[in-house]
Amino acid sequence: MQTNRAVEILVGMFVAAGIAAFFMLAMKVSNISAFTEKDVYQLKARFDNIGGLKIRSPVRIGGVRIGRVAAIAYDDRKLEAVVTISIERSHSRIPDDSTASIFTAGVLGEQYISLEPGGSDDFFKDGGVIGETQSALVLERMIGKFMMGTGAAKNGKKTP
Amino acid sequence: MMNWFQGLGHSSLLLFERLGRAATFQIQVLLSLPSLFKQPRLLVQELYSIGVLSLAIVVISGLTVGMVLGLQMYNTLIDFGSEDSLGPVVALSLVRELGPVLTALLFSGRAGSAVTAEIGLMKATDQLSVMEMMAVDPVKRVVAPRYLAGVISMPLLAAMFSAVGILGSYMVGVGLLGVDDGAFWSQMQDKVSLDGDIFNGIIKSFAFGLVASWIAVFEGYDAVPTTEGVSRATTRTVVHTAFAVLGLDFILTAIMFGDN
Repeated sequence: MQTNRAVEILVGMFVAAGIAAFFMLAMKVSNISAFTEKDVYQLKARFDNIGGLKIRSPVRIGGVRIGRVAAIAYDDRKLEAVVTISIERSHSRIPDDSTASIFTAGVLGEQYISLEPGGSDDFFKDGGVIGETQSALVLERMIGKFMMGTGAAKNGKKTP
Repeated sequence: MMNWFQGLGHSSLLLFERLGRAATFQIQVLLSLPSLFKQPRLLVQELYSIGVLSLAIVVISGLTVGMVLGLQMYNTLIDFGSEDSLGPVVALSLVRELGPVLTALLFSGRAGSAVTAEIGLMKATDQLSVMEMMAVDPVKRVVAPRYLAGVISMPLLAAMFSAVGILGSYMVGVGLLGVDDGAFWSQMQDKVSLDGDIFNGIIKSFAFGLVASWIAVFEGYDAVPTTEGVSRATTRTVVHTAFAVLGLDFILTAIMFGDN
């Protein structure tokens, strides 16, 4: 009977350790904090080019993450990309003339939306639209511009 | 020439017959699972010898795999100055692939072979026939508890493997190599999703548990009841489980993670 008790205790500890491991994987490793969608409100922003932005990319103000990209769609009337972002309700004081830009973290890093606060006294409400946006910088296009630019400068020097 | 065809036909018929026996045996085992509710003590005993006794090898393997993974990934990532992504790299590879697959391989070596040898020897020494004579169904009394214990143990062991592996890479990466503590965890939490990665990893290890336990009990029950037959069956358990787990892993990975 004594050994049986020991076996049962060990099995109980085994099951408990397994459940604890699941718990650790869920709480510590995964993005469960992002799942418990606190209170969020949504804004829309229109971009000519979103580059490599993805759903769940971060939205930052001053480098601090305040929300995520909730949806990305293409408006084929205005020929623009429409990005829906959800921002935590605790950050509800964003001036409604703020601008949204798509930046890249580091040279090869992921892309994110950076909001630059404006000076307005009114704040964005749920479903608001960010008026001023700046598209993602596409590396190839920049290199293209750079090469065209230097080419034009050389030509300009030669002609006079 | 005709002999060659005859040999091919003979061995394929044997193969199909064996597959059929395996399938009907699986159904028989599944049908006798409810009887375990009447005798939970049997299940506890098997959980001990299959789950608890496999704990040591799984935890130690998980720790070393995590530590090696952390060390090697660090050496590569440091070249790009992105050693902060050590956390997500290690966590994703452990949770998605290495945890379930390596645990299943270790499980078949540690517990599956023991189950096959045990059931095979019971058959070789006529213990199973004696049980039948005493009107005790050996599938209910011997096979079902081992099968269910394997199915229950595998996801638990795989979760422990992944968790301990992540802790091991944390020890090496943050403690030894100087990766930033906050970046390690926050990047990991950013990249690893609960439903996409962790749940799929659990589903994987559950599927591997079903397959590994099925192979182990069937090989034992179907073993040729001689000393040599039991030893062959034990070897077959380990080899077939490895094939089945690796093949199944490819299919499951293609279904779960193929589209992103």
